[in-house]
Amino acid sequence: MNLNLFMQHFINALGLGSLYGLIAIGYTMVYGILRLINFAHGDIFMLGAYFVFFATIQYKLPWALGLAIAVVGATLCGLLVDRIAYRPLRDAPRISALISAIGVSFFIENISIVIFSGMPRPVVQPPSLMQAFSLGGVRLVPLALMVPAISFVLVAALLWMVYRTKPGLAMRSISYDIETTRLMGVSVDRIIALTFAIGSALAAVAGIMWALRYPRVEPLMGIMPGFKAFIAAVFGGIGSIPGAMLGGLSLGFVEIMSVAFFPNLSGFKDAFAFILLIAILLIKPTGLMGEKLEDKI
Amino acid sequence: MSTLPENKNPVRDNAMTVVATALLAAFLWWAEGHLDGYKIRIINLIAINAILGLSLNLIYGMAGMFSLGHAGFMAIGAYVSALLILTPEQKTAMWILDPIAPWLTGIHAPFLVSLLAAGLLAALFGWLVALPVLRLGGDYLGIATLGFSEIIRILITNLTPITNGPLGLKGIPSHTSLWMSYGCLIAALACVARLMRSNFGNVIRAVRDDEIAAKTMGINTYSTRVLAFTMGCFGGGVGGALMGNLITTIDPKMFMITQTYSLLMIIVVGGLGSITGSVVGSILVTTMLEWLRFVENPVTIGSLEIPGIPGMRMVIFSVLLIAVIIFRREGIMGMSEFSWDRLFSYRNRVTRGGGAS
Amino acid sequence: MTDARAPRDNILSLSGVTLRFGGLLAVNGMTMAVPRGGIVGLIGPNGAGKTTAFNVITGFYKPTSGYVEFSHAPGESSRITGLPPHRVCEAGIARTFQNIRIFGNETALQNVMVGAYVRQRGAWWMNMFSFAFPAAAREEREIADNAVSLLERLGLEKYALAQASSLPYGAQRRLEIARALATRPSFLLLDEPAAGMNPQESADLLNFIRRLRDEFSLSILLIEHDMKVVMGVCEHIWVLDQGELIANGAPADIKANPRVIEAYLGKEAAHA
Repeated sequence: MNLNLFMQHFINALGLGSLYGLIAIGYTMVYGILRLINFAHGDIFMLGAYFVFFATIQYKLPWALGLAIAVVGATLCGLLVDRIAYRPLRDAPRISALISAIGVSFFIENISIVIFSGMPRPVVQPPSLMQAFSLGGVRLVPLALMVPAISFVLVAALLWMVYRTKPGLAMRSISYDIETTRLMGVSVDRIIALTFAIGSALAAVAGIMWALRYPRVEPLMGIMPGFKAFIAAVFGGIGSIPGAMLGGLSLGFVEIMSVAFFPNLSGFKDAFAFILLIAILLIKPTGLMGEKLEDKI
Repeated sequence: MSTLPENKNPVRDNAMTVVATALLAAFLWWAEGHLDGYKIRIINLIAINAILGLSLNLIYGMAGMFSLGHAGFMAIGAYVSALLILTPEQKTAMWILDPIAPWLTGIHAPFLVSLLAAGLLAALFGWLVALPVLRLGGDYLGIATLGFSEIIRILITNLTPITNGPLGLKGIPSHTSLWMSYGCLIAALACVARLMRSNFGNVIRAVRDDEIAAKTMGINTYSTRVLAFTMGCFGGGVGGALMGNLITTIDPKMFMITQTYSLLMIIVVGGLGSITGSVVGSILVTTMLEWLRFVENPVTIGSLEIPGIPGMRMVIFSVLLIAVIIFRREGIMGMSEFSWDRLFSYRNRVTRGGGAS
Repeated sequence: MTDARAPRDNILSLSGVTLRFGGLLAVNGMTMAVPRGGIVGLIGPNGAGKTTAFNVITGFYKPTSGYVEFSHAPGESSRITGLPPHRVCEAGIARTFQNIRIFGNETALQNVMVGAYVRQRGAWWMNMFSFAFPAAAREEREIADNAVSLLERLGLEKYALAQASSLPYGAQRRLEIARALATRPSFLLLDEPAAGMNPQESADLLNFIRRLRDEFSLSILLIEHDMKVVMGVCEHIWVLDQGELIANGAPADIKANPRVIEAYLGKEAAHA
């Protein structure tokens, strides 16, 4: 493999990895606060992709408006999921919320099949994003660079929000001790809703970029990226935002590079993530950047 | 020793059990002669889903391990059984993409042996999965078992010389008769009921209720869970084999996570931790899923034609799952069990919580 | 305490047990002993490391350094440091918890039967097919009978078939003890047995603990905040403060010890 080809794979891995990372942030934030695996998160990602598809390709709205509609729409869906399926179960055993999450995920997938039809639809990529150019001998399209760039900017903004603003402080404090935070007069439900909103918005952005990069949308497109992003969140250390990004990038590199170097393993591509998950859980269950959650005796 | 929960009327209860079994047998005999193939298939499916639900309930409801891997163990069972009972001629004709592995062509076994092998191999895989994964607790267990189930599916799709890859296996002799599936169900019910009634059953529930206290009581909670998980996987393998022999065609797509979800629905509706609940849940969910097919098929009323809505069945299904978990978390049976005693004396309800009675 | 050959027959001894959590020194160089047949108290202000010490003894934490020695019968002794909790129980140590940990979905009887499982010889598959293994079936019947008589001795017989989580608070505490006794221990650790009890109940507790010791030939180590209980029942008391043992002696000595008063009430009170 020559250097140029390697660079090509490198950029691909960076793109795929940062998309996993963006989705993983939603998992990691919700899990950090509620100890809940939000199974529906991958489906919010899918909805983001569909909304932009309908807005720009079906109804020919301008791109900027389409993007806004997709992000806002997916965010609202995320909020609705929390309100309907999770909030009534806050005081129930955690496993009940988990089953509810599975139910919601299943619901969104199937209602999408009913509304959007199960057929995959092609996405027309804006030509300006696809004009190939050469950078030091490596042929690139602007989209390939935009995906990681946008992702990193968003993560930086999120980190600023979590560590430098008041709602961010409330989020961190809820994940530390939800009851005490409630007693301090913080509206816990509102902060949890904000967490869902942020996670869903990031997933929608990831969904839009995913639809552009692998140009098609289908109702079940969220399942695999969703699982993999959750794995990325666990790998990076659940609860940690930089960890989610790091986990996403690691997963992206493992997937792209293993197929690049061992092409006959491509059929097993989807298994790598799960093997990685089981390996990290056995070696370092807290993930790369996570903190240990102790059982109280 | 007067307070021991002895069976108050063993003669009556045994007699009732015999009568009930005879009634079931009479119904099956009648059904076989009078009902059409579609209805018989649903009645079969109820028994198979009950076996599968029971085995998942053993893992999740009784031993408290949130496993999302059951579809994978079903897949192993279905493939093992099918590969053992297909004839060498069928096998050589079916493998198109890649030639079949030579050692596999000659292997042949009768159905019951294949059923046992299906259970044992699923249990072996389950055990191998359990050893590392059960060191984890709670939610991670769910996602890790889901991962294993996906890995098994990916392996089946790609190991073409053994599994015929994405094409799957066709023409599996249809061995799953009503007698076979209900025989297996009764055997499974008897085994699980006896297990959960013994002191080891108390131990399994104790590990679920409070792992730390169980450890303090001298229980090796890890090996207890590994054992319960492995037994559940055995049931998953047998159920998968029965399913394959009922439908006569299997392929990797049959064993997606959706399959595990419907089993989860069965035990959530029936009651997590209840043997009776697994059966009740299977009857309700299986018939409901079949009955809901009407929303997907076009309906003609007089001259009015209502087009079917593909996918609607699963939408309703998922809404029901959410509704059950929000409004009636404990399902129909909760953790309690059916007993003749309960049926005969509504007032005598001291034995709540099941098990010892 | 009847063994004349050994000058000090201790059922349990800790030697220099230290436990660190990251930078926090939870227990520091703890060296103490419990004589066979004794009732010993472990007291100290909140956060002193008492429950942590229990968790080290019962195998939930492995000490950073030091060791725990346990002597099931006079003349024999073995290190139990590093054994997992279920092996510690097998060796003959049982405990209760500060915040009650019963098996809530099971009946009281089942709770006690679970305690007896550690001594059960018949394998699970024998009891699953008990019709083929009469010896195992007989053993399991005996376990149930013994569990019932244990419940009777602790005054819990009327709850035998009730779901454990539905029992009144005091009964739950006694059930936890009954379950611990079912493991046939020679050494019992009680973590705040008087917590949540009214004065009358705590007064009854004194006799109950002595009765336990005599009837089940136990040695008992207990953590307790209720000083009436501690002073009334303990023959010897160890005081833990910020992970270190600061005093030990007979109840009267501890009451008068200025370091103990200081640890509990602060410096000013000690000098007042």
